[in-house]
Amino acid sequence: MKPAPFDYHSPGELTEAIALLQRHQDDAKVLAGGQSLIPLLSLRLSRFEHLIDLRAIEELRGVTAIDGSVRVGAMTTQADVARSEAAAAVPLLAKATSHIGHHQIRNRGTLGGSLAHADPAAEYPAAALVVDASLEVAGPTGRRRIPADEFFVSTWVTAMEPDEILTGAYFPVWSGSCGWAVEELARRAGDFAMCGAACGVQLDGQRLARVALALFGVGNAPMRARTAETALAGVAVADLDLPDIGAEVAAGLDPPDDIHASGKQRRSMAKVLVSRVLATAIKEASHA
Amino acid sequence: MRDVALTVTVNGERLTRTVEARRTLADFLRDDLSLTGTHLGCEHGVCGACTVLLNGDAVRSCLMFAVQAAGAEVRTIEGLSERDGSLTPIQAAFQAEHGLQCGYCTPGFVVSVHAFLADHPNPSDEEIRDALSGNLCRCTGYQGIIAAVKRAASNGSSS
Repeated sequence: MKPAPFDYHSPGELTEAIALLQRHQDDAKVLAGGQSLIPLLSLRLSRFEHLIDLRAIEELRGVTAIDGSVRVGAMTTQADVARSEAAAAVPLLAKATSHIGHHQIRNRGTLGGSLAHADPAAEYPAAALVVDASLEVAGPTGRRRIPADEFFVSTWVTAMEPDEILTGAYFPVWSGSCGWAVEELARRAGDFAMCGAACGVQLDGQRLARVALALFGVGNAPMRARTAETALAGVAVADLDLPDIGAEVAAGLDPPDDIHASGKQRRSMAKVLVSRVLATAIKEASHA
Repeated sequence: MRDVALTVTVNGERLTRTVEARRTLADFLRDDLSLTGTHLGCEHGVCGACTVLLNGDAVRSCLMFAVQAAGAEVRTIEGLSERDGSLTPIQAAFQAEHGLQCGYCTPGFVVSVHAFLADHPNPSDEEIRDALSGNLCRCTGYQGIIAAVKRAASNGSSS
C-alpha cells in the first residue's frame, strides 16, 4: 500500500510545470489535491517517475466573476468552492460539491483535479456539462478553452494534450428565475454515484424557458439529455408529466453493468432521478 | 528529488526533516515522528482512521504526501488533548456515551468531530450523520458515536 518511488517537483510557476511535463512526457503526472491520484499510486494501479505538484502555483487558486461567468481556478479546493460567495452565482456548483466524497476529501480535493481526472461518475464534470462551462488549459503554445461537451472524451480521458495543464473553468451565470438540482444514488454516503442527474431550469412565467439536464455514472462520460431538453423548452409547468420524462430519458440510456449495479438498475435509477431533479429545480425556480 | 527537505509544524512543534517524496503524511507521523495515535485502516482514503487536522481542516493523512504539508500546521490526536493526557471534552463525551469499543477508528472520529464542531457548534442530527459518514467503525453501530457528538455539542465543546 505504498506508492512506488518518484521524483517530486513543486514548481512555483505554471510555465515551469508545463516545461516539466514536456520534458518527462508519459513519465510525469500532475498532482492536484491527490484524492484520486494518491490512492491509485498507493494501490500501485498507476506509477510515474515524476509527480508535478501544482500546490505552489498561486495563480491556479481562487474564484472570480468575469464577463457573465464564474471562473474557478483549477487548484481551488472543493471546500472553498462550496463556501465561495463568488461561486454562489452558479448555484449548481455548491449543490454538486455537497455530493463529493466527505468533508475530509473536499478539504483537499480540487475542482480542477476532479475535472481533469474525468471519472464518469463524478459530479463536477456533470455540472460543467449542464451549464456549458468552458475549461481553460495551458500548454507550451499558450492557453485555450475547451467546451465541456468536447472535454470529457471517455473514462479518465479528456481532450487535453499530454503537455497541457487544466488551469481553470468558466461557468456561465444564468439570470432570471432559475433553479438547480443534483441528485445521485450511491451504496453509501460519499461513494461514487451508481447513477446521478444534474439540471438547471429557467422559467418564463409559468413556462420552461430553458432546461439543461445531464446524467452521470451511466456511461463512459457524463451526458446531456438533449432530446428531452428540446422537448421541454416552452412547455407549461402545469402540463409536465415528470415521471414520463424520466422514463423517456432513461429509455435512451445504455448504462454499463458493474459490481456496483447492473445497467438495468442504473436505468431505473435514472428514471427516478431525472424526475426528481426537474421537480426540485422547477420548485426552486418558481420561488426565485 | 526522491528525497525532499520538509519543514512542518506538528502539534505546535516546528520540525525539519528529510523525507522520501513518496512517504504519506500518515507514515511520516507514525514512523518518523512516532505519533502512532494516527491509525491506518484502509490506506486509500475510505475509512477515515488516519484523519488529522491540516491548518485546522480535517484531512485524510493517507491521501497526501508528507511533503505536501510543507509550511502547514498539522495537529494529530496527540495534539488535541492536554499535555497531562487528560481527555478533551469531545473525548470525554465519547467515553460517556460508549462511542468506542475496540478503539481503532476512534482517533479518526475524534479528530473529524473536532473540526466539525468548530464549524458547526449547534449541528442537526442530519449534519452529524453527514459529518461522520467519512469515518468507518466496525464495532459500535455508530449510535454511541452520534450520541457522543450530540453530548459534546450540547456541552459547547468545539475544542
